[in-house]
Amino acid sequence: MAEKLLEINDLKLYFNKGTANEVRAVDGISFDIYKGETLGLVGESGCGKSTTGRTIIRLYNATDGEVLYKGENVHKAKNKAQLLKFNRTMQMIFQDPYASLNPRMKVLDIIAEGIDLHGLAKSKEERTKKVHELLETVGLNREHAGRYPHEFSGGQRQRIGIARALAVDPEFIIADEPISALDVSIQAQVVNLLKKLQREKGLTYLFIAHDLSMVKYISDRIGVMYFGRLVELATSEQLYNNPLHPYTKSLLSAIPLPDPIYERNRKRVAYDPASHQYTDQEDVKMREVTPGHFVLCSEKEYLEMKKTSSVTTE
Amino acid sequence: MKNILEVQDLTISFHTFAGEVQAIRGVNFELKKGETLAIVGESGSGKSVTTKSIMRLLPKSNSEIKAGSQILFEGKNLAELSDKEMEKIRGKEISMIFQDPMTSLNPTMKIGKQIAEPLIKHQKVSKQQAKERALELLKLVGLPQPEKRINQYPHQFSGGQRQRIVIAVALACNPKILIADEPTTALDVTIQAQILDLMKNLQKKIDTSIIFITHDLGVVANVADRVAVMYGGKIIEVGTVDEIFYNPQHPYTWGLISSMPSLDTMDENLYAIPGTPPDLLNPPKGDAFAVRNEYAMNIDLLEEPPMFKVSDTHYAATWLLHPDAPKVDPPVAVKRRQNKFPEMNSVKGGK
Repeated sequence: MAEKLLEINDLKLYFNKGTANEVRAVDGISFDIYKGETLGLVGESGCGKSTTGRTIIRLYNATDGEVLYKGENVHKAKNKAQLLKFNRTMQMIFQDPYASLNPRMKVLDIIAEGIDLHGLAKSKEERTKKVHELLETVGLNREHAGRYPHEFSGGQRQRIGIARALAVDPEFIIADEPISALDVSIQAQVVNLLKKLQREKGLTYLFIAHDLSMVKYISDRIGVMYFGRLVELATSEQLYNNPLHPYTKSLLSAIPLPDPIYERNRKRVAYDPASHQYTDQEDVKMREVTPGHFVLCSEKEYLEMKKTSSVTTE
Repeated sequence: MKNILEVQDLTISFHTFAGEVQAIRGVNFELKKGETLAIVGESGSGKSVTTKSIMRLLPKSNSEIKAGSQILFEGKNLAELSDKEMEKIRGKEISMIFQDPMTSLNPTMKIGKQIAEPLIKHQKVSKQQAKERALELLKLVGLPQPEKRINQYPHQFSGGQRQRIVIAVALACNPKILIADEPTTALDVTIQAQILDLMKNLQKKIDTSIIFITHDLGVVANVADRVAVMYGGKIIEVGTVDEIFYNPQHPYTWGLISSMPSLDTMDENLYAIPGTPPDLLNPPKGDAFAVRNEYAMNIDLLEEPPMFKVSDTHYAATWLLHPDAPKVDPPVAVKRRQNKFPEMNSVKGGK
């Protein structure tokens, strides 16, 4: 198996901890991300998928649990220098290309901000040269460096956001709904760019999205979140062909596909969390039902799933 | 089937400081009784402007519906009606559901009152009758505990529930045409599926025609009987949902359909339409899509293609359909779909 790049252990993030309106946005999730893969994270709005991404990169301080990047705990970084080291290897691409670029900065300075912070350019010429190269990498041209964000379309802005993330030569990129705000014809351009960069630079992605067909296309493995917990984690093929958790089944049955024949025959399944009927004694946790396919379940459910999935695989 | 709405040669411009933006450049379509027509296209293609002009909701100060434009509804040209006459149609004969259920309800009014408002205004019923009808409508759109919730304010509802309320307001007067402008875009997939099911069921019950605007082809496949594809202020292809999804003819439709991965897409790269949508301040000569179109021929840059007939229900504006045009190979994803098409003809389509 490939090298583990990131290990997330029992990560928790509570907003307003200890008060009456405590929100358990991320409630004890664990997963690994391997080098060079794309892990998709899907779920409805408010399920905690973005918060998970933001906590991994330490935009939020975790309430509990750990994020190990190559064995080192991101949330234990003691001083600025240590944190800076993490930030160089880990970058983020945001959802809204209109809000994530400072409107008062030129594209050159937006992209070079990371280069400056980490002291990656020795001279002004080198800095400009690097930015020009980055612009060309993401499919823009060097003349764009002198312009301001408002002069660009949504797709172009997202490319600038990608160039900014690439500026410090990261290994790992968290893409938080990078295509949701874009038009269909532009989405494909950005997805192709992300895939190309991954091939060329050996990047690892955490791809957060709610568009499941795009997630399936770009991801090697997919995690499904529901109310702050990870309910299922499997390879994209396994997840789509053999979803085990009832919530995943419900989610998959709800996505409309651009295929009228399929749509006419589609049966929607509703998910009722009460259907599990967990008792207090039952230990509900992630269990590996088939190799690489994890489901949040109780011991009883686990045995049942194991039985049915061994039948289907035979 | 009878046409309930006919739009002919609709041309709309916006006057801005930068000049005249030709948002709609000659749009023709008809809406049949009881059908759902989906209008798809990217932002700026003119789909929302088209429907807003039917409701006459475009700002008077800077928009202009050009002379010769016809929006025929029950023998009247809506483009020429006075504001007073339009008020009798808007919300009664034709009503609209907007994209964002968070902003389309009045936050300071109880929802029961908002549903009763069009009834009191258009049907001259008493307050008591209007309230009873509002209750019925809330039951119809599947809102739990309507007796209690009728006296609540919009902020006390979730996004999906608010969209149900908006639908109740829109349906209050049993409109003949319902225009839904991206009604599910702001909602989660599971909620979206519920709202789409609800709209389909209600359409059967009250026999209204729906114009459904969206950019999500999955939603189109789910709800539409017919589909019109818009690009650069024009309809470039129109046909039944099966014809558009399994036998598309216009290269832009090819691009749209193949740039969305289906669940069995395994190709290394997605088909992406290069470039960006046209600038309608200076609309290009010829086919607006030509500069982004790898199948473009010389004539595309010179002359605008007319609508070519593919079947009785299917038309597309591309020179590729001209008898003299060379045969081209559509993208792989489209060919895969076209292979499915012949077998479909044997089983008659429709939802």
